Amino acid sequence: MSTPDSQGAKSMRTPLGRVRNLGSSHSGTSDFWRQRLTAVAMVLLILPVIVVVMMLLGRNQAGAAQILGSPLVAIILLLFIVASIWHMKIGMQVVIEDYVHGEMVKLAAIMANNFFSVAVALASIYAILKLSSGV
Amino acid sequence: MTARIERPLSPHLQTYRFTLTMAMSIIHRITGVALYFGTLLLAWWLIAAASGPAAYSNVQAFTSSFIGRLIVFGYTWALMHHLLSGVRHFVWDLGYGFKANERETLTWGALIGGISLTVLLWIAAYAIGGGR
Repeated sequence: MSTPDSQGAKSMRTPLGRVRNLGSSHSGTSDFWRQRLTAVAMVLLILPVIVVVMMLLGRNQAGAAQILGSPLVAIILLLFIVASIWHMKIGMQVVIEDYVHGEMVKLAAIMANNFFSVAVALASIYAILKLSSGV
Repeated sequence: MTARIERPLSPHLQTYRFTLTMAMSIIHRITGVALYFGTLLLAWWLIAAASGPAAYSNVQAFTSSFIGRLIVFGYTWALMHHLLSGVRHFVWDLGYGFKANERETLTWGALIGGISLTVLLWIAAYAIGGGR
């Protein structure tokens, strides 16, 4: 994420040397790979997730809580939450990097993206674990 | 510092003839961003189910309202469209489907498939849930 200018003042490394091997971000293509990995995971999970949602339609809280707390349903939803939040976090970062050009605004947006993604993931996971423990 | 050199820029979007693949490219991104914020709904629903009957009935009141139902319908379409459009991108990532006819078939397939799956899911939802 650092620009050549911000490093160039102190570093004696050449621009080419900085981007060799894993590139300027030092994480290489890991985001590209994880974006596809989580996408394929969701292709596999989407049918079970649709079945779960259909099972929950028209039920009251007690009925919904019982279904959501059963192990198989909880595991399917947990897998889907991890895959989807990871996928959308990477996707939103790409969108931010494409359209937000001010360095400070971009950093703030990427931070907000991370905060949002982790908060939504943890809240959803907490809710499912609470339903699973039956308290 | 060296002076900034005015180099020629590549032409922007309005120079090119409008194509379906072009529109689908930006729709893929828009549906992705919509789904990003749509996860708030899913999180709200799960938290409400974990909180109790009062919180859950708030969610149900929202999803059975006109605007709520419209948003959930839109969410369904965004999800189905992004899914099929994503599979299309995955095929391209693997190096297939770049011939003109293959490219068009994949793109039309994702577009029509996304709409069809959305309608089918909502018919199934009304049949199972009785519109509640």
